[in-house]
Amino acid sequence: MTELLSEYLPSWLVVIVLALLAAALVISFMGASALLYIWAERKVSARMQDRLGPTRTGPFGLLQSLADGIKLLTKEDTTPAVADSFLFRIAPYLAFCAAFCGFLALPFGNGLVSQDLSIAVFFVLAVLSSEVFGVMLAGYASGSKWSLFGGIREAAQVVSYEVPRSLSVVVPICVSGTLSLTLMGQQQTGWFWNWAVFHDPFSFVAFFLFFITATASCKRAPFDLAEAESELVAGFHTEYSGLRWSFFFLAEYGSMFAVSSLAVLLFLGGWHTGFLPFEPTERLGYWWGNLLNSGVIIGKSTLLILVMMWLRWSLPRLRIDQVMMTCLKYFLPIGCALVIGVGLWQLYLASAIGEETRYVLAGASVLFALGVGLSLFRPVPGEWKRA
Amino acid sequence: MSFPVILFLIVAATTTFSALGVVLSRSVVRSAVWLLGALIGIAVCYFLLGAEFLGAAQLIVYVGGTLVLMVFGVMITNQGPFAGIHTKPVEWILGGSVASLLFAFLVTFSLRAAQPSPVSNVDTLPSAGPIGAAFLGVPDERGTAFLLPFEIVSIHLLVVLVAAAYLARAKRRPAAKVESHG
Repeated sequence: MTELLSEYLPSWLVVIVLALLAAALVISFMGASALLYIWAERKVSARMQDRLGPTRTGPFGLLQSLADGIKLLTKEDTTPAVADSFLFRIAPYLAFCAAFCGFLALPFGNGLVSQDLSIAVFFVLAVLSSEVFGVMLAGYASGSKWSLFGGIREAAQVVSYEVPRSLSVVVPICVSGTLSLTLMGQQQTGWFWNWAVFHDPFSFVAFFLFFITATASCKRAPFDLAEAESELVAGFHTEYSGLRWSFFFLAEYGSMFAVSSLAVLLFLGGWHTGFLPFEPTERLGYWWGNLLNSGVIIGKSTLLILVMMWLRWSLPRLRIDQVMMTCLKYFLPIGCALVIGVGLWQLYLASAIGEETRYVLAGASVLFALGVGLSLFRPVPGEWKRA
Repeated sequence: MSFPVILFLIVAATTTFSALGVVLSRSVVRSAVWLLGALIGIAVCYFLLGAEFLGAAQLIVYVGGTLVLMVFGVMITNQGPFAGIHTKPVEWILGGSVASLLFAFLVTFSLRAAQPSPVSNVDTLPSAGPIGAAFLGVPDERGTAFLLPFEIVSIHLLVVLVAAAYLARAKRRPAAKVESHG
């Protein structure tokens, strides 16, 4: 791409054009995926509550999010009289910018990344952790006690959950020995037992720890105390309406995708299907291979997001003391133990029983998934059948 | 003017503007937002120089940690609706003279220390791997290792953590007097 453009344009213009192209792609991806995920969220919740969900707008209600978007665009953009109007207006954009910047270092394929940083993992974690700033400002600047409570809860929760989240990220970094997401993806080429999650028992546990703490740092239920509607009206976004309100949700769905694809890249084989024992870009060429790669990575991340939705509509909301206790008393010690454990494993056990562990963990996981899948087809006991 | 210099000028102008906003703003939290701009500007400067690790560390420590804690502190300690700062003229003069002295010192010092024409050398700055190795005592190509400073900083941080835990511990009330019934 750079070579092609530099034949026609001066080098500084190439940089600007490529930057604009990458930014436009990321923003349109965030917008389009948020529309689809909001639709999916409504369908999933409807399914779990034995309802139908949106049906009128388009096939299967697919255009519902678009209709919502038009409604939000035409809504009046109000600011409370007592609010600090400058901070109130800027807060949604801060939250959105943080989620957007997270995408800059996320690879969607082998070399398909806006900016291939050598410390991509660190950068993504750093940027995503600053999303909380926008939410806190929204809570503070609204001039409403419900918003303030929401903001305080959000700050306490996210700052605490960042610690075990970072500790669980250290585990795959120890295994791969790099901070570059592209290199990490390349290391997991081939069959699915090469994925980092099956590398050793500590990585296996670290994946679940990362997923739970990432759910918490996206303020998704059961950790959505910042907007607990039964206690705080709507928490930090009580006073927002119209397009500013929707920016918070663009940021939320964007960061959900960002942490899910981070989990995929760190643990679940990145852009590899797990069934093709070669790197797709080498066999199929750069563009066709990366088309497959980005499809795989978006598919895997969508699966993780569906799990987040499943959790949201299954579990009741935790209390704030339960949230903090889970983090500080359980996740933090588990995270420390995992980091020490994986260090010892790499030093003493990896060369002895590394290969066997991969096969055992991968095999057991596949058997478990198969068992759950087969149990869907078991004969239903007589008294459960509808009359 | 070359393209990197123009980019740097844009970033530097934004950073300076935000830094002025920090000083001139009347509200504590608005100052914090301007500080956010200044800190991000400095991080972008590091990225422009190719020091990616330093830039990301700046973001995670100052933006994700310090700023969030500052606003959090204002949110839970504030008595009125929005906290304001009222600066007296004496404080303006005092702060302004200290700042201009420091600025003059830094300008003369950095102009003497650095070469007059900075060349953006993106590929020569080490990434996280060599930095980590140097911290663990493995000398880099120039023969420098940072094991002792690293250990001193680690122990310093540990002491700070222990002190913080000590300060924040639950205060036990002196055992209530057991009154004899009878």
